[in-house]
Amino acid sequence: MTSIAKPIIPLVALPKNEIGLTIRDYEGAVSTLCAGCGHDSVTAAITHAFWELSTPPHSIAKLSGIGCSSKTPTYFVRGAHGFNSAHGRMVTIATGANAANRELTYIGISGDGDSLSIGIGHLAHAIRRNVNMVYVIENNGVYGLTKGQFSASADIGSRLKKGEPNAIAPIDPVLLGLSMGATFLARSFSGDKAQLVPILKAAAAHNGLALIDVISPCVTFNDHEGSTKSYRFMREHEVKEIETDFVPIRKEIHKSLDENDATEITMHDGSVVRFRSVPTGYDPYDRQKVEEYIRERRSRGEIATGLLYVDESSLDVHELNNTPDHALNTVPYSKLCPGSAELAKMQASFR
Amino acid sequence: MAIDTAQDTAIRVNDFSIKLANVNGTGSASANSLLMQAIFRMGIPVSGKNLFPSNIQGLPTWYEIRVNKSGYTARALEYDLMVAMNSATYEQDINEVSSGGYVLYDSSWPLDQELLRDDVTFLGVPLARMCIENFAAPRERILMKNVAYAGAVVALLGIDMDIVSNLLSETFARNELLRESNQNALRLGYNYALENFECPLPFRVEPMDETKNSILIDGNTAAAIGCLYAGATVSGWYPITPATAVMDNFTRLCAQYRREPVENPAPGELPYKNNYLIIQAEDEIAAIGMVLGASWSGARAFTSTSGPGISLMNELLGLAYYTEIPAVLIDVQRTGPSTGMPTRTQQSDLLLCAYASHGDTKHILLFPKDPRECFEFAVQSFDIAERFQTPVFMLSDLDIGMNDWVVPEFTWDDSYVPDRGRVLNDKDLEGMAEFFRYANEDAEFVTPRTLPGSDSKGAYFIRGSGHDKFGRYTEDSNDYQQVVDRLKKKHASAAAHVPAPIIERHAGATVGVITLGGCDLAVREAVDQLAAQGVIADYMRVRGFPFVPGVREFVEEHDHCFVVEQNRDAQLRSLISIETGAAIESMHSVLAYGGFPLSARQVIDGITSQLEN
Repeated sequence: MTSIAKPIIPLVALPKNEIGLTIRDYEGAVSTLCAGCGHDSVTAAITHAFWELSTPPHSIAKLSGIGCSSKTPTYFVRGAHGFNSAHGRMVTIATGANAANRELTYIGISGDGDSLSIGIGHLAHAIRRNVNMVYVIENNGVYGLTKGQFSASADIGSRLKKGEPNAIAPIDPVLLGLSMGATFLARSFSGDKAQLVPILKAAAAHNGLALIDVISPCVTFNDHEGSTKSYRFMREHEVKEIETDFVPIRKEIHKSLDENDATEITMHDGSVVRFRSVPTGYDPYDRQKVEEYIRERRSRGEIATGLLYVDESSLDVHELNNTPDHALNTVPYSKLCPGSAELAKMQASFR
Repeated sequence: MAIDTAQDTAIRVNDFSIKLANVNGTGSASANSLLMQAIFRMGIPVSGKNLFPSNIQGLPTWYEIRVNKSGYTARALEYDLMVAMNSATYEQDINEVSSGGYVLYDSSWPLDQELLRDDVTFLGVPLARMCIENFAAPRERILMKNVAYAGAVVALLGIDMDIVSNLLSETFARNELLRESNQNALRLGYNYALENFECPLPFRVEPMDETKNSILIDGNTAAAIGCLYAGATVSGWYPITPATAVMDNFTRLCAQYRREPVENPAPGELPYKNNYLIIQAEDEIAAIGMVLGASWSGARAFTSTSGPGISLMNELLGLAYYTEIPAVLIDVQRTGPSTGMPTRTQQSDLLLCAYASHGDTKHILLFPKDPRECFEFAVQSFDIAERFQTPVFMLSDLDIGMNDWVVPEFTWDDSYVPDRGRVLNDKDLEGMAEFFRYANEDAEFVTPRTLPGSDSKGAYFIRGSGHDKFGRYTEDSNDYQQVVDRLKKKHASAAAHVPAPIIERHAGATVGVITLGGCDLAVREAVDQLAAQGVIADYMRVRGFPFVPGVREFVEEHDHCFVVEQNRDAQLRSLISIETGAAIESMHSVLAYGGFPLSARQVIDGITSQLEN
């Protein structure tokens, strides 16, 4: 993973967030991805989301696996702690890190190869455990770093630049998540920062694993005619009915007239996610209806985007295991070791 | 039947072996360990080896008990008494009895005359008939047969009946019905033996005072206690024989010792919080991934597994090695390759663990010999892993891990302070101009790390891809080599921190014997017996890798060394030769890899056959 330090040019005019940082403080190194890569837009959205949330950079842990997507954590929040792990294994590391220190904000960046092929087992089980983290799949339908093989998210009939159309069924991470008991499922498009930023913010506030499938076109290997993960295809087939706003806990909630009918969800930390333009009968709490809706759209060749499903009542991995509110790595050793007297007592049972 | 062969035999006290042949899933294990535990409580050195199948019910299973007043309790290959409870293995079992020995069998049915041996005494006890007459429920009739034969053995060996009876009462303290039926069954067998045979037999037990400061414990429990005392808070694991009991015990111990009371719990809230998080992973890859994530975050984390699990973990072990993340792995070795024989023991993961993962890697290994060392080495593993920021493997095995051993009781020094290694906190960072992850090495080639959550000055990007000493991505040869060369030197520095080899030199020694781990008892017995035969040998048991210079010196002091280990390919010999440069030709292998615990006879035969050549 190459990285070039980005020059920090002081601009007086840049606005500051609640902790006095500018957007520049949430940037990282210069991207070495191809010009026009969808992933860079996702990076920009993540940068904005954390800046807007005023998350202290040092309290963020950013992790990734292997692939083009997994390069991107270098490109945002340089003050965050980063872990570029092995192919498909990102979420196992994130699970352990979260187990040891639940106080940080975890964001994992993965790709469709990383998450839907080599790491699909880990993703499925991390969803089941409800590890408290933001899990972004930058989904472009191809293996970019190895020069353009189909990934498991490639649609039937989708064509590579050269060669035969894909003949086998794609894996949809949102449908996978629904069946695994995911508690936060969203889909977005890298070209739509206005939609993605509030989703990322809501994901960070969510108590549990927040999975965001971001269709992020590969300009080099999968942006041609015949591809279903191209900019053009997405612009023509995205159905963006379910729009969301994210209202942080610190902000006073004002409702405008037309928003009075909107669905609102209070997140774990007290912040609010407000749904707009929700289709009639759509219920983001209803696992079955969400699945029907996605499938119905898909049958029409459309891709439903937005925050599609959320269950804020669920327990995360720590609550399920009844651990203390503070990080386990801060428990003093004196509390962890029972000591010599207890050892002597314990050994009475081994006689 | 040749009753009188035994009468000529001199009386042997506290020096014999018995074997119990059973069908698995019938409840024999508890009856067998009852006998072993009773002998232990009589103060006599004893061992019990469970030779069991990878199966839940219906296959042959054996249990061996060796009693030895001098403490030679490695596996014996000859049995003075066979308790033959499995008709499917009668022939084999009866053949294994020493000449002049005894067979106890269930005489509810006649024994095939062809199985009889002239030089062995057959003791028939109508176990099934007695149990049918005395117990009503079908399951009880099967279970109580075991306790009944145990009762007969108690009488035949002169085991203290009060001790056995007390043990049963302790086991069934909370279930009066079971307690009574067990006591009744015990008496049935005991009384039958007293009335019908000349008890005790010529080999028998008499009380000693040798186990007063000892405990009876298996290595998996001991390792779990070590992890508890080391302060481990996170573990990721996947069930696998023979390692599962490590995490079962750790879970149980944590529930007992790691719960912090909550004052005024909210309605529906538990009155305590768990100062630990144990995750049963989806596979061993995830298990080690979780350990790395937790260790990266500064928790003491570990996994327990066996060879197949290590195979799966290889990828992330390379990541841990190269990115310098601590990890503790307890590998309870079993017989490989592949699935191999999951319930049989071996020491065949040495090379796998020493060089786990692709590329140039070297890891730190600890070789406990028994449960006591499992306890001690588990604690040390965490200290070494965090000091050297790298994976540490404790290589136990099925024999150590799953069998009960008599070992000196564990001690704990309350002044122990965990070695957390070089970790910079925010205050340390404040005083620094800049932090670079792989710079500023100390005399042991360790560079300081920071933990996630520390000030942004200490933030860096861990990468398994090529990196320079600043932690930056590199494809530059020199920058790459600088880091991997330091890793090699760092590994070498760990030699001074792993448990030192145990070396015992004997005047007039002509050869050296080298071994490791659970071979210790058998090899010591062999060395003593060889000395009695005039072959005097020096002894070295290696306890850790990387090796200290003393290992090479020991090899070079002797024209001939014998390396005793439990694998086919002489892995310890190779490791010593590769890593110390000691001449491989001077090291002769004695190998036992059939899956059962080592016996002194295998060692003696292995050495003497090569000395003759």
